[in-house]
Amino acid sequence: MRLHFKSAIFSAIVVAILTAVLLGVRLTQVGSQLTVVVADNAVFWKIAAAAGFIFLYNLLRDWIDRAKAAIPRPEGLKSNPLDVPLVQKLVWLVIILAALAFPFLAGRSQIDLATLVLIYVMLGLGLNIVVGLAGLLDLGYVGFYAVGAYTYALLAQYFGIGFWSGLVAAGIMAAFFGFILGFPVLRLRGDYLAIVTLGFGEIIRILLNNLTEITGGPRGIGSIPKPTLFNLEFARRAPEGTQTFHDFFGIAFNSNHRVIFLYLLALVLVLITLFVINRLMRMPIGRTWEAMREDEIACRALGLNPTNIKLSAFTIGATFAGFAGSFFAARQGFISPESFTFIESAIILAIVVLGGMGSQIGVVLAAIIMTVLPELAREFNEYRMLLFGLMMVLMMIWRPQGLLPMKRPHVELRQ
Amino acid sequence: MSKNILEVSGLRMRFGGLLAVDGVALKAREGQIVSMIGPNGAGKTTVFNCLTGFYKPTEGVIRFRGEEIQGLPGHKIANKGMIRTFQHVRLFKNMTVLENLLVAQHRLLNNNLLAGLFKTPRYRDAERRALEQSRYWLDKVGLLEHANREAGTLAYGQQRYLEIIRCMVTNPSLLMLDEPAAGLNPSETDGLKELIAELRDHHEMTVLLIEHDMKLVMDISDHIVVINQGAPLASGTPAEVRNNPDVIKAYLGED
Repeated sequence: MRLHFKSAIFSAIVVAILTAVLLGVRLTQVGSQLTVVVADNAVFWKIAAAAGFIFLYNLLRDWIDRAKAAIPRPEGLKSNPLDVPLVQKLVWLVIILAALAFPFLAGRSQIDLATLVLIYVMLGLGLNIVVGLAGLLDLGYVGFYAVGAYTYALLAQYFGIGFWSGLVAAGIMAAFFGFILGFPVLRLRGDYLAIVTLGFGEIIRILLNNLTEITGGPRGIGSIPKPTLFNLEFARRAPEGTQTFHDFFGIAFNSNHRVIFLYLLALVLVLITLFVINRLMRMPIGRTWEAMREDEIACRALGLNPTNIKLSAFTIGATFAGFAGSFFAARQGFISPESFTFIESAIILAIVVLGGMGSQIGVVLAAIIMTVLPELAREFNEYRMLLFGLMMVLMMIWRPQGLLPMKRPHVELRQ
Repeated sequence: MSKNILEVSGLRMRFGGLLAVDGVALKAREGQIVSMIGPNGAGKTTVFNCLTGFYKPTEGVIRFRGEEIQGLPGHKIANKGMIRTFQHVRLFKNMTVLENLLVAQHRLLNNNLLAGLFKTPRYRDAERRALEQSRYWLDKVGLLEHANREAGTLAYGQQRYLEIIRCMVTNPSLLMLDEPAAGLNPSETDGLKELIAELRDHHEMTVLLIEHDMKLVMDISDHIVVINQGAPLASGTPAEVRNNPDVIKAYLGED
């Protein structure tokens, strides 16, 4: 046991600087000028207290760990309580209920942000199949997202297809693209695969940009129809032949209804995604993805076809991106190639890595952090990305395995 | 007389200027243990790799149950019932012992996506059978109590056993073992010998074995093929091979 003086000082300084910048100063527009507004003393006392706490905690870490170990644990709680299936189920239930209740308690902009988070959760979960489970580094995932979004937008524009059929079509189309891209690409390994997928993502974007007659090029596609609830429109006045939500239920029109509906819809999509992927992980196919990641040669010796297995991971991953894409298009009402740049792929990949490769709950948490943090730090303008980068670097130093590393559901043999 | 399950003739494998395997011929009858021996670098593993489709042989005919299989990709050959282990253990180390066996039983399991999503009775049934088969083999090699452990945490000898039973759960008709006794202590080697003999005697398994442990080879082989510098040197029963002057020369050098 010893005092960790150096690391304690270091962590305290990091905490002080980060929180001081995040909470202590603010840029405010006064007239045409930006001025720095410094927060009042109470905030700084809190920052000092936090830094002090971190300092003491790190300094006395050995004693704290010993004290923790000395606390007797009740029987049946020998290890982490989160490993007990019943506790896990309860935790999930609480999270889902909280997520369902959220839109009725929060403000409009918060719900909007939460919907964005859910889109990224869906994308993260989909990419997690490819990168986290099957171990194929895919840097062009946003390409499938774009395919999904444009599939719905174009079908709506040219054929007047509604959201629900558009959603299915987008999933199928993205899966199809995943499949045809997978064929030539999946013979490649590691770095080569990453570069080719990176190229694929860019090709999709450039294609959308240049097919001006069909996609409208950089002008994008506008007035994409919003999702409906069993053909009930969320609008003040319904187009001919349809009915509005507020008329049907005889309540006053409120523009918040649509925002809440979009949020709940995204939530349902995410829950379905979670369920499906959770099942896939326990199914033979999920196990072979993992086996393939661990030892491809052994897989071949056991009669598993590597191409088929990688292709299935790639295709299923792409399908979820397609769903997310069509939802994105419906929510925004407007899409252009600008929304599908490489940085999007990078953010989705960062969500997977940050959350812990292969871990579902980790991905959910990371998606929240990666989406909410930049929004909160919006006041820093261009420094925002700098902070973001700093956070990623620190994260990789301190917790390279991710926030919540994979705890895969195992099939167990009862003795 | 049982029929030949494997017939190899005129097998050649060339890597650029190097002729690693030169005219090897092999025959294995059903229910036999056939061993391939030879000094280090003789090309035994290369022959294995050619047979199992990891290399494409330059020349030669490989007949497995009467069907020519040379040049087919590895996974297709494996699905025909020719399953191998590796010189260095190749387990899925971060997966549990049981999961290693389940991955191997992919042909038995129901791979239909929708069946798995909705857990149809058929799917559950297939899974139950796979679990039962795993339990049987784990019990046989004494690994049942470790079923839910990560494979990488097993002792080395246990990992060897696991690799062998991972082959067995695929219900192969030819089991190919590449130096299964490497790194095992004498008592573990004895256990391995019993296991291989049992596979032949009670599970009608044909075994093709590469091994350096001469005691093991001489004790259990029905037939031995000796390879030296890629070329066949001798073949016959253990007694014939043991007394063959060419074999003694290759192993001990000339006096």
